[in-house]
This record gives sequence, C-alpha cells and structure tokens, in this order.
Amino acid sequence: MADEILKLERVCKSYNVGLPTETEVLHDIDLELDHGEFLALMGPSGSGKSTLLNIVGLLDRPTSGRLLIKGRDTGLLGDNEITHLRGHTIGFVFQYHLLISAFTARENIMMPMLADRGFPSAEIAARADHLLAEVGLERFGNNLANNMSGGQQQRVAVARALAMNPDLVLADEPTGNLDTKSADAVFELMRRVNRQSGTSFLLVTHNLDLARRCDRIIEVVDGRIAQH
Amino acid sequence: MNRWLPFEWIAAVRFLREGRLQTIFIIGGISIGVGVIVFMSAMLAGMEANFIRRVLTSQPQIQLLTPDQVARPLRNAAGEIEDAVVQRPSQRVISIDQWPKIRTQMLAMPEVTAVSPTITGSALAIRGDASRAVTLTGIEPDTYFNIVKVPDYIVAGSARLTSEDVIIGTELAKNLGATVGDKLNLQAASSANRVLTISGLVDFGNKGANQRVAFIALRTGQSLLGMIGGVTTIDMTIKDIYAAETIARQIQAATAVEADSWIATNAQFFTAVQAQIYTNTLIRLFVGLSVAFGIAAVLIVSVIQRSKEIGILRAMGTSRGQILRVFLLQGGLLGFIGSLVGAAMGALALIYWHAVARQADGTEFFPLILERSLFIYTAILATVTGLLAATAPAVRAAKLDPVVAIRG
Repeated sequence: MADEILKLERVCKSYNVGLPTETEVLHDIDLELDHGEFLALMGPSGSGKSTLLNIVGLLDRPTSGRLLIKGRDTGLLGDNEITHLRGHTIGFVFQYHLLISAFTARENIMMPMLADRGFPSAEIAARADHLLAEVGLERFGNNLANNMSGGQQQRVAVARALAMNPDLVLADEPTGNLDTKSADAVFELMRRVNRQSGTSFLLVTHNLDLARRCDRIIEVVDGRIAQH
Repeated sequence: MNRWLPFEWIAAVRFLREGRLQTIFIIGGISIGVGVIVFMSAMLAGMEANFIRRVLTSQPQIQLLTPDQVARPLRNAAGEIEDAVVQRPSQRVISIDQWPKIRTQMLAMPEVTAVSPTITGSALAIRGDASRAVTLTGIEPDTYFNIVKVPDYIVAGSARLTSEDVIIGTELAKNLGATVGDKLNLQAASSANRVLTISGLVDFGNKGANQRVAFIALRTGQSLLGMIGGVTTIDMTIKDIYAAETIARQIQAATAVEADSWIATNAQFFTAVQAQIYTNTLIRLFVGLSVAFGIAAVLIVSVIQRSKEIGILRAMGTSRGQILRVFLLQGGLLGFIGSLVGAAMGALALIYWHAVARQADGTEFFPLILERSLFIYTAILATVTGLLAATAPAVRAAKLDPVVAIRG
C-alpha cells in the first residue's frame, strides 16, 4: 500500500463551468503528503490555497484530476461515503476558530464523535477530557466557546480536529488571528501531536517563521504549485 | 449532556436554548395561536352542545309518520286521465300501518338508539270555566323518556305517567289555574272525554309549547282519540345526530312511512349550527397557518444565522440527514412546547370567561367542556404544524454547501 495519506493527480478546479465567466483557479496540481508529514502551504491571497484545502478536505470536488486519500479514489465515492471518509480521516482547524457557540468546550470536542456514533457515552466524554488535557485546557471544559480567549478557542478547535483520531489535519491559517505567543503555542501543540501520534498536517499559513518549522513547504501561485 | 438523547436532539435543544429571545417570542406566538384555537373550540363546542341539547332533548331526532293521503284521479278504459285538476284530500288522523313491525325493523338498525311509538291529536283541556286547546301526546314513558327527556324539564310534581295521569306545560297550568294533583278534563274532538290527574308540570323553555303540551299514557291516548291499538308517529333517536337526514331518507325508501329528521324540521337552526362549525374551522385554519409561517420564518432566520456552524458540523462529518433532523426537531419542539403553554392559556381564559359571561337570567352562557381529547389533538396538530413549517428551513440547512457556509 502507498505510504502517502494524500495524493493529488493533475487536479484542476474551475468555477462557473460552461458559463462565459468560467474561471480555472487550480491548474494541474500534483501533490503527495506522506503519513506523519507536516507540510506548510504558502502563497499570496487568491492564489487558490483555500480552494485546494477544501478539495483535500472533501468539502469540494475537483473539476478534473484524481484525489486519493489513503489510496482510495474519492471521485468514485457518493455523498454519504464522502461524509463518512471526511469524518473518520480528516480533522479541520479554521482561521476563525468556528466553535459552535451553543456548546461548551468539552461538548465542541465531543461533537464529531457524537455525530458519528449518534448518542453521547462515557467513552466519548473521557476522550474529550483527554484531549482537553492534551491542549492544556482541562479547567475550561465547561466554558461556553464564546467565554474563551482566541488562543484558547483555537486550542479547543485543534482538540476537536483530533477527536476522531484522524490521519490528516487540515489547518487553514489557524494562527492568523492570534498574537505571537498564542500562535506559537497553537503551532507547537499541533507539532507535538504530529510527532507523538504521527498525524499528518497540512498547514496553510502566511507566517514564514512557522512554515520554516514544518517538514516541507510548498507554495501555490496563481493556482499552480510553484515550488516543492 | 444527557446520554439518552441522540445527537440531533442535543443540537436542536441547544440551538433553541441559545437563541433564547427568539425562542421565547416564537413560543409566545405559537401559544397565543394555540390558546385561541383551544378557547374557541371549547367555547363553541360548549355552545353547540348546549343548543343541541336544548333542541334535541325536547324533540325526536327522526319521526316516522303516516304518508300523505292522496286522491287518485279516475281513469277511463283507454287509460286516459279524466280529471286535469285533483284536489288534495283532507288529512285524516290515521294509524301507521303495521307499526309494531316497523318498530322492530327500526330497533334492528345499528344506527338507532331508541324507538318509541306515540299517538298525537288535538283535545280540549277543561277545568271549571276555563278551557284551552291542547296537543295530546300519548306515550310509553319508558321508551319515550329516552328520546324526549321529559323528566329533565319537570318543574313541579314528577314524571309519573299511569293511565290516570297527565303531564302538562307550565303555561297551560297557569291558564287553567291548575297545579300538581288537580283533576283535568280532557275532551277529544269526537266528544270522548277522560278526567286525569296532573302528575307533573313541564317547562320546555318555549311559551308556545308550554301552553299546548299534554303528555298522557299511550293507551289512554289511544282510547281518547278513538284509535285503539294505533299510533300516529314513531319517534327515534340515533347515534350520529348529523346523519339524521340520511337515515331518514333511507327509512323512507325502505318502508311505507314518511320519515322527518330534526335537520329538516329545524332547517334554520341546523344551518346556524353548520355556519358556526364552518366559521370555527376557518378560524382554526388561519390561526394554524399564521403559526406555521411564524415558525418557518424564525427557523429560516436561524438557518441563516447558523450557516457557519452548519458548515462546521458538515465538515466534522455530520450528514445532511442529521442536519435536516436537527432543524425539523426544532420546529416540532417549538410547536409542542407552544401547544402546551397555549392549551393552558386557552383553558384558563375559558374558565375565566365561563365564570364571567352569564345569560340574562343569570345561567351560564355555555357549559364548560374541557375534554382531554381537545388538548391531545391540539398538541399533535401544533407539533405536526411545527414539523411541516420546519421542512423548508431544514431542507435549506441540509443543502448548504459547507465551503460556502464556512466562508460565510
């Protein structure tokens, strides 16, 4: 079996297909990400980074080309299979934390497991507590998301991304809105998880200092991979 | 987090709880709607029951009579009709042909609850110098009282009716200066007469009826009216009072008698009752619609407000079906909670109005009827309305593209 968790083969993405306003934002992207690799994805705004991340995260589909996750061609999967694969294989960390405000920090972490299993259980709660401890927020488990600082919310978001023990975490500028100290703490947290559990990370960032601390940097310019 | 609640319930309840003000306002709106429905339904049901009780306990629901006597024109040998105009003959009071057989037939019908043969005719009630024309009704008390609740209308004396007794209306008693225990001379058109004892006075709430009514035993009536063994009408009650006209038509088609239903004989009253039912249904429909639109509007706003969170849930592996159910449940819960509060509000308003609203004579305006079924149906209806109203917002939420939703 291939060692890569993720493989993109000549992936293209166009919007408004068939219309006069058709725009191709990704051109023939070839990319591989190995198990346990921590990859930084850089590029100017509008270069197609987020589109690429959405395609890799199975939130969007490529117009052409193949996307393989753990060797499975995702183009052959239906909507429910995609949802299942996404839930079990991929974790997300977004720039604006995007925790669900109606829930506490612990419940936010429980959410992916709850959506998967259907009912809460002691096992799910224990896993959430374990992850809260991992991100150093064991005392904040009962805090509603809105009652936490940006850095704390982002750490909860990292814990939530890890809830299903995913093979790959996609982080879209997770430190973009944080001060240097918090940004560093969140990055270090992800790096530690990567080293300890072998979870692969694909980190979109504008911060060159952080990118340099990753295993590999790739740059997207005008919808193409500019350098490896 | 309750471990017995599935994911969809937990999310639905939390979303409702978080949008507290919105939830309180929409539950308030639903409650007022449900309250109006409960209040109106219960009050109108009470008033309708009151009217129907008054009308139907003082008269039979179906009455079988002898068919009209017609004069047949003469025909000559060639079959030609000789007389162009045939005068309607005067209608003699005659007995229903083979009435015991018809009674047995009627009793065998599953829709029929009571059957009683009666004899009616005119007579003169004489006491001293006073005399009044009365409508004699000869009855079998055991069966007749199941149809016309004479004992319920007795205001003096009792509903005893032996062959020597007569029960008369209060106005008639007043006009004759008679009371319970007095003798009354009843004289039929054929000059036959009987002296009977007044055993009770009835008040049907209608002056005209109270001036004319006189109940006597069936056999006494038969001998006084010169129709030994005969009856002029067969009175009946049925299970579904609104089916009276249909059943009457069926009976008329199957037997040689004429059948009149209370619907035909009280056409105006029946139309009024029907109009009331239609109005009530229309009001309920429009209140229900406004409640449904209110729920749908609030949930649409909620879907827009929560689109980012819906996107996150989708990104975390929540299926479209789960998102759909989260919003459907919110609609159902709003409807159900609103129906509970609304039913309580409606019931309290009804109890208050029942205590305050009085008729001119001080009696209750309508009987207080609070049936459990009304609350159960209202709760089911409101919950289903909530679910239906939530369908469009729920489908919209489930269809949200997570990429677009997260981007906002």
